[in-house]
Amino acid sequence: MAAILEGRHESAWAALWSRLLQDRVGTLCLAVVLAYLVLILASILGLVSADWHREVGVPYANPALLGETPQPQAPRSPGAGRARGAAPDLSAVDPLAPKYAEWARRTAELKVSEPQRSLTLAWGGDRWGRDVLDKAIKGSQVSIAVGVTAALCATLIGTLLGALAGFYGGLRDDFLEWLYSVFTSIPSILLIFALAAVLRSGWLGQVFAGGIWTVVIILAATGWTGMYRLVRAEYMKHRARPYVLAAEAIGASAAARMFVHILPNVSHVILIQLSLLVVAFIKVEVILSFLGLGVPIDMVSWGTMLAEAQTELVIGKWWQLAAATAFMAVFLTAFSMLTDSLRDALDPKLR
Amino acid sequence: MSALVAVTDLRVSFRFGRGRIFEAVRGVSFEVAENATTALVGESGSGKTLCAMSILRLLPENALIDPASRIEYAGEDLLAAPAARLRALRGREISAVFQEPMSSLNPVLTVGEQVAEVLRLHRGLPRAKALERSAELFDEVGIPEPRARLQAYPHELSGGQQQRVMIAMAIANEPRLLIADEPTTALDVTIQRQVLDLIARLRERRRMSVLFISHDLALVGELADHVVVMRDGEVRERGTAARIFTQPQDPYTRALLACRPRLDARPRRLPVIDDFLRGASAERAPLVRPPVSRKLLEARQLSKHFILRTGWLARRSLTAVSDVSFDLCPGRTVGLVGESGSGKTTVALLLMRLIDASGGEARFDGAELLGLPRDRMLPLRKRIQIVFQDPYASLNPRLSIGRALIEPMRIHRLGADEVERAERVRRLLERVGLPRDAMQRYPHEFSGGQRQRIAIARALAVEPEVLICDEVVSALDVSVQATVLNLLLDLQEERGLAYLFISHDLAVVKYMSDEVLVMRDGKVLERGTPEEIFRAPQHDYTKGLLAAIPRGLVLSNT
Repeated sequence: MAAILEGRHESAWAALWSRLLQDRVGTLCLAVVLAYLVLILASILGLVSADWHREVGVPYANPALLGETPQPQAPRSPGAGRARGAAPDLSAVDPLAPKYAEWARRTAELKVSEPQRSLTLAWGGDRWGRDVLDKAIKGSQVSIAVGVTAALCATLIGTLLGALAGFYGGLRDDFLEWLYSVFTSIPSILLIFALAAVLRSGWLGQVFAGGIWTVVIILAATGWTGMYRLVRAEYMKHRARPYVLAAEAIGASAAARMFVHILPNVSHVILIQLSLLVVAFIKVEVILSFLGLGVPIDMVSWGTMLAEAQTELVIGKWWQLAAATAFMAVFLTAFSMLTDSLRDALDPKLR
Repeated sequence: MSALVAVTDLRVSFRFGRGRIFEAVRGVSFEVAENATTALVGESGSGKTLCAMSILRLLPENALIDPASRIEYAGEDLLAAPAARLRALRGREISAVFQEPMSSLNPVLTVGEQVAEVLRLHRGLPRAKALERSAELFDEVGIPEPRARLQAYPHELSGGQQQRVMIAMAIANEPRLLIADEPTTALDVTIQRQVLDLIARLRERRRMSVLFISHDLALVGELADHVVVMRDGEVRERGTAARIFTQPQDPYTRALLACRPRLDARPRRLPVIDDFLRGASAERAPLVRPPVSRKLLEARQLSKHFILRTGWLARRSLTAVSDVSFDLCPGRTVGLVGESGSGKTTVALLLMRLIDASGGEARFDGAELLGLPRDRMLPLRKRIQIVFQDPYASLNPRLSIGRALIEPMRIHRLGADEVERAERVRRLLERVGLPRDAMQRYPHEFSGGQRQRIAIARALAVEPEVLICDEVVSALDVSVQATVLNLLLDLQEERGLAYLFISHDLAVVKYMSDEVLVMRDGKVLERGTPEEIFRAPQHDYTKGLLAAIPRGLVLSNT
């Protein structure tokens, strides 16, 4: 349809795309965000950082740039580990004596290999010698998935409810306002704890066991309120505008007026709020993981990395903190500037 | 008479990103004589406001004034003056009144405080004294109960009173030059008349100069001593008002003079600018109107009350429309005329079912209209359409013109498929005189007149039988107004449309209508054929509306 309407000209999406590409900052940010997405995809497919939990370095291995830490020579006492003199023969009284031979045989079957632990890693190692770079990449997958999915869910809920309340007013508005007041009257951290407790126990706990979905649901359920309020105010402002009346006069249904006519005109508010939500949710995920309510213990996120980094800093091991912070800062900056450019590209007046 | 302001070879250009430059004012020279009114006249986009604002140097940030331009105020070169000097001049020696009084006033401060602020800033008067003086100024600009009005907030005043407050603020420091930028365009004709009289009286009494900016040459003729006609950033003609009106030299000036509908003749088509510029002769043939045939829409005793809550339980009922009856016939036009607040637009919204009526009935082609449940309105929406007043606000800025026009067709399942609908849209755009590439473009890329054509095209997309025109030309320049009115008449002839034509301008209503209803406070005061109303108005209110129509040069002025 778009093709017919626009004739030989580009469709609305192609126009949006070309306008976004004209914006140098926007293109750069888009490239950064896409690079992250590619990285995440690769990590999901196991192409990179699949072995993030392997202990590949010595504990707190230095970043390659710093070189090895000189290993303090352990004082070795001669003959340590060897018993002095012959042990007295206790086999007569030792009840385990008959087993020794078998144990010795079984021990010989097992092979103990000490893995080759490198002394330096590209971006250093953590307490157990895991590669921090791998952790940061794997952590991006979890954190961005949680932040972006939760923000999209919260935006969807907030926009839908805000549109309903603002457009119709009256009883529907009263009911939704009441719901909003209930949600905002509870301190948010308490609400998050309560939801986390509910979602991690009983049959709900079974359904969501072990995934990041618990965190997404918690964030979406608590984060929609700000979006709802803003969208509601915008809809109240727009619903009596002449262009909406004109749409009603040509017979456009309420849904068409809400989502075809008004929504594009308030999209800038939604986009900006969305970018703020993504930033906020990634940070809240950090806090939740720090408190132990976030992602499961067998996963890594920027949040768990920061939580570990706290104790490491005290002993001067800064690289885990630096890795998590750098990955987070670059993504968040690029993402919020991208939404800004998107907002500009969506506005036909700024072409 | 010596010149207070002399503008010589003024050039103003706009810089758009990436080094694109657009020259909006191209070598304009004019003078504002001392103790006289000079008028800058031109259509929107002619650069008249830019010229006036260059004097105060209140220009957008991306505007550049050519270094060779000169603006002299009482012998002083204003373009070379430092910012501090300009600040001292602004509001004290040169002050300005703008088009939209509501947006020029701060809504959270009382009007008294706002006028007093000007006095305190420029004269250092103490607060009580400044308020005292403000009350005197309110009295001077004709605000009733000036002392009580000091405490009023802008929204509590009518548009005319707001503009009076703006004028009081502008004259508070006894300026030598008052710049009035379309001060009456947002006002009703009757209020416009009062404000014009006020400006003329103040100018006389205070012996100041006025630079009056307007798109309406007829209006300017009643007030100005000198007229400068501008088009596309250039001066087309300038001279004394008497000469411009009696011996216009430039075809553009002649066109501006002719394009307002005349009260004494009803030509088949209104003359438009292009006719004059091409040298075509104006139509002399009178307009032929079809006879009354079947009644398409009968409105009987329409009424609408709004319930206002004034307290916990107290409610007050406000009557917006009461007892309005009329019939619409194919090919004919009923005109509704009255000031703002007279209930004209409410009648339109009632018929469109955009608001629910409190009483009365309306039958469309025999079928009940007002009692119809909303979900069964769709077939009727196809048959009754409306065009709104403000073409800037009634088009969705985020929908391309093609999408905006195809939407009604899709809703009403007109046309077999999208290809056919797109073809229909193309034909429709061509019919209302828009370029072929309009489909891919967005509303902000069009001028006011073009946008109103788009709105008309959208209403016609569903091929209605009744078209309600709610103040369709009020937001347009008089020159553009004529082309839109001609288009409406052509469409009516071609398609046999029944019009309900709503306007506050009696001259326009008289030209368009076969029957005129004069409304005030929701009631019909007077009705009849346009000739009857014009020749023998029964009611003082109607006489007032007639007297308010600008008639060009008032001979006693010269």
